[in-house]
Amino acid sequence: MRAFTYTQATDASAALHAALQNPEAKYIGGGTNLVDLMREEVERPNEVIDINALPFSQIEVLPDGGVRLGALARNSHTANHPLVRQRYPVLAQAMLSAASPQLRNLATNAGNLLQRTRCYYFYDTTAPCNKRQPGSGCAAIHGVNRIHAILGTSEQCIATHPSDMAVALAALEAVVQVQGANGTRRIAMEEFHRLPGDHPEQDTTLGRDELITSIDLPALPSTANSLYFKVRERPSFAFALVSVAAVLELEGEQIKNVRLALGGVAHKPWRARTAEEALLGKPATAENFRQAAEAELQTAIAYEHNAFKIELAKRTIVRALLTLAERQLLA
Amino acid sequence: MRTKEVGRPLDRVDGRLKVTGQARYTAEFPVEQVAYGVLVRSTIARGRILAYGTKAAEQTPGVLAVLTHENAPKRHPTKEFDPSDKEPSASPTTILVLNTDEVSWHGQPLVVVIAETLDQAEEAASLVRITYAPAEELAKLSMLDQKTEAFVPKKVLNEKPEVTQGNAEEALAAAPVKIDHTYTTPPYNHNPIEAHNTLAYWEGDDQLTVYDSTQYIFGVRKMLSEMFALKEENVRVVSAFVGGAFGSKGRAWPHVGLTAMAAKVVGRPVKIDLPRKDMFYMVGGRTPSEQRVALGADAEGKLQAVVHTGLTASSTSNTFAEHFSFVTRHLYASPNFLIQQKLVRLDMVPNTFMRAPGEGIGTFALESAMDELAYALNMDPIELRLRNEPEKDPTMHVPFSSRHLKECFALGAEKFGWHQRNPQPRGRREGPWLIGQGTASAFYPANKRSAEVKVKLSIDGTALLQSATHEMGTGTATVQAQNAADQLGLSVEKVRFEYGDSLLPKANGSYGSTTTITVGGAVELACEDLKRQLLRLAVKHPSSVLHEANYDDLEARDNGLFYKDNPTRGETYAVILAREGKENLEAQASFPPFLKEKLEEMAYSFQSFGAQFCEVRVHEETGEVLVSRWVGVYDCGTILNDKTARSQFLGSVTMGIGMALWEETHWDLRDGRIPNASLSEYHVPVAAGLPRIEVYSLGIPDPHTPLGAHGAGEIAVTGAAAAIANAVYHATGKRIRDLPITPDKLL
Repeated sequence: MRAFTYTQATDASAALHAALQNPEAKYIGGGTNLVDLMREEVERPNEVIDINALPFSQIEVLPDGGVRLGALARNSHTANHPLVRQRYPVLAQAMLSAASPQLRNLATNAGNLLQRTRCYYFYDTTAPCNKRQPGSGCAAIHGVNRIHAILGTSEQCIATHPSDMAVALAALEAVVQVQGANGTRRIAMEEFHRLPGDHPEQDTTLGRDELITSIDLPALPSTANSLYFKVRERPSFAFALVSVAAVLELEGEQIKNVRLALGGVAHKPWRARTAEEALLGKPATAENFRQAAEAELQTAIAYEHNAFKIELAKRTIVRALLTLAERQLLA
Repeated sequence: MRTKEVGRPLDRVDGRLKVTGQARYTAEFPVEQVAYGVLVRSTIARGRILAYGTKAAEQTPGVLAVLTHENAPKRHPTKEFDPSDKEPSASPTTILVLNTDEVSWHGQPLVVVIAETLDQAEEAASLVRITYAPAEELAKLSMLDQKTEAFVPKKVLNEKPEVTQGNAEEALAAAPVKIDHTYTTPPYNHNPIEAHNTLAYWEGDDQLTVYDSTQYIFGVRKMLSEMFALKEENVRVVSAFVGGAFGSKGRAWPHVGLTAMAAKVVGRPVKIDLPRKDMFYMVGGRTPSEQRVALGADAEGKLQAVVHTGLTASSTSNTFAEHFSFVTRHLYASPNFLIQQKLVRLDMVPNTFMRAPGEGIGTFALESAMDELAYALNMDPIELRLRNEPEKDPTMHVPFSSRHLKECFALGAEKFGWHQRNPQPRGRREGPWLIGQGTASAFYPANKRSAEVKVKLSIDGTALLQSATHEMGTGTATVQAQNAADQLGLSVEKVRFEYGDSLLPKANGSYGSTTTITVGGAVELACEDLKRQLLRLAVKHPSSVLHEANYDDLEARDNGLFYKDNPTRGETYAVILAREGKENLEAQASFPPFLKEKLEEMAYSFQSFGAQFCEVRVHEETGEVLVSRWVGVYDCGTILNDKTARSQFLGSVTMGIGMALWEETHWDLRDGRIPNASLSEYHVPVAAGLPRIEVYSLGIPDPHTPLGAHGAGEIAVTGAAAAIANAVYHATGKRIRDLPITPDKLL
């Protein structure tokens, strides 16, 4: 590991200032991803700025009825918080399906959004990787790509975003609150993560001169139901092959409101707008769910080892929606 | 002899040390002035090194040396581990890395960086750049692509690679009911919790001490003595506690010799602790395999033909052909057999033993095939197995020393409720979950190796056992203390066992489920010798109540020797020793007594058996498989300690489930890279994926082994993957013949 200096920031402006002073510095929150990356020499900061003392750990109700999740609140605390469990089951489920209890106890909410891909080749500094080293090539496209993306890929990168939490946040239309040197701004969840395009080294639209302060959840209609459905190779401590965060609101048997986001399939949480549009106003039936899933996955591209994800994604969408619909029709 | 301690579920004697962090593992030995070594891996699979860029590494603060083949001292070639040697070397290969410019596998260590601190060594290692001349011929990385170059090796372990009896292909063609399928298993890697660590220092030019996480102390000693041209007794190897081994630590991987070499170069103790990623690249694992099993039966289900042939891989620098076909040589009766193993050579790290080598993958193929045959016959799969019970070993043609497979199935079926099962596939569901049940035979040989044990009895009523065997979490330290306590009539707290050091009496490697019998036999013999010595001392004295006693009249009990027929007549050891003015008395014995062993080995087939039962839930839409119940019954002779044996069974079933559902090493066939070389992406079992595992032992003693025992460390891996694949078939109607059974295969 490269030698680094350790700085403790006591307020946001000091943290921002320290980062702007040194382009090789990195913020550290829980460190559950950064320390791994440093050990693997993927990240080589010469300074680590500890932001754990910043006052961003709150979980509170907002005036508009939504809930604010502090950037530094720990994943386990957030997932188990009554406000989250009661109002946003999809988020609690997603967060608790991720990593391990030890990691969740340390990992912060903002850090969860900012974690890097688990693409094998990104983690192996002896392999080419456009995300780690722009212009070096992509080892995954013609390599072992079982865990890679099927939607929104580019010739530069087929990595996926690994977060479960972010998938739920996409379905909940969360807003990321950001503080910069020149004030604050709000980034819609859908705009927060990027598709790889020609710049896979950029995971998000967050600027180097910005810090996440909170993630705000808008209120959900009381009649809406939500869940997170994650398919993985091992029942714990495994990233999603495919996951679906779904919010569904029925009126009778008609779909009044639906929001879907997919994990494990793209460089960002994949908001399934095509499927949503296909479903609005339609009866909540297995056939309609399947048709919507087919429409959503029409643009999917398979690589050598991940073709199964296309069918799996469709089935996972259908299963998630059927489960929610059955629950509401029974209620 | 009254049995008191043996069989008792005694807590581990080292349990408290382990849970309180006081048990010292290799990497934890405090040695002053220790320097840290980090290895740089090759990034090509085959070729030559053109140049090393080591300047930046050498200039990194704290760096003591950067060793490459250009400046590393020459070592002497070592013999590869050869199971036919009486005391084989632990070397996995004949290649001496850093003494050659040749690259034989992706991940081969090419440079050793030694620095004052681990962080400095890591940082310097990350700055090394190597340029290669890749081989003109493409690296060979796919076993199946190399099929045309497969050959029949000279030996498979110590046995013939081929067994033919009658004409199996003809009998197969003529059989009224038959199945004929190909089964494949992937490469698997070792992931014990404790990675491989070595700490070495020299005293003078010819005294080498090595702390090593090994399950084969004397094999490491032999290798190092060859490598550095030292007398064997000038090399000391210490392996106090081992944090899991499973076969990986039966070989001394390249870092062991490199640590000793580095210590010599820098003139200080050096420690190399392999990071998890290096575990994948520098420590061999389980070979991939492709196996054909064809079974022909008459209408009653009696096997007429058994064909088990196939292919495994070894590296270009070792010769180990994994013995997948051994199970088929002993498990079922048939007049016709065709058994053959072939091997291909790949540019990979040398492969090695991994818990239940051979039988682990062999039973997946054979026991899946038996299930397929049972369906073809429309017969219960247990009934099919019972109808093919052999009277003698079907290919060795000698009796079994003990064989209770039928009893395993009977007890297992009862505990599991097997006979309530509707054999029809897809017969049970709960919502989207399809539920299935499967069974399979377990099989593992009951082998022995050699060991010497010294026992020293003191006048204070304590006994000290000494043998350079190993404690890898298996329970050896505990069960042998129990064994000695019984042999000497002491309570177990009075027995101390020293192991894990080459200064102690010699013992063979702790692998192949052999330690319990081997060390147990030596303990028994040493204690007998000691008791006979004690009796000889006593009979000299007319005043002794033992004056006229014969050895066979006596038993060891209550810290002394007493008449069997009169529990109050006898003498304590303290009395016997005090009369002689002795503080203590010693005896040493070797197991096996050579001649007896040879005769027994030829007269019987020594094998362990078991029956595995499981229930699985398969998500019909996503293909996820969960194992929801497990019942295993094992026939491993006398159980020395119910608790430690049970732990062995639970751990083995767990590894079997991992092998069936999760574990798989991916190889990038372009360059031999292992993309999932991490515990994050190489999926070892997790508690959340395990059901309640019920295990039972028959506990029927084998009349032809020490204590009536067999080893118990591996058998419960065998048959596990087949039981799961059979249950998946029962649940879904889909037969998966390719491990692991991941969701994509069931979509």
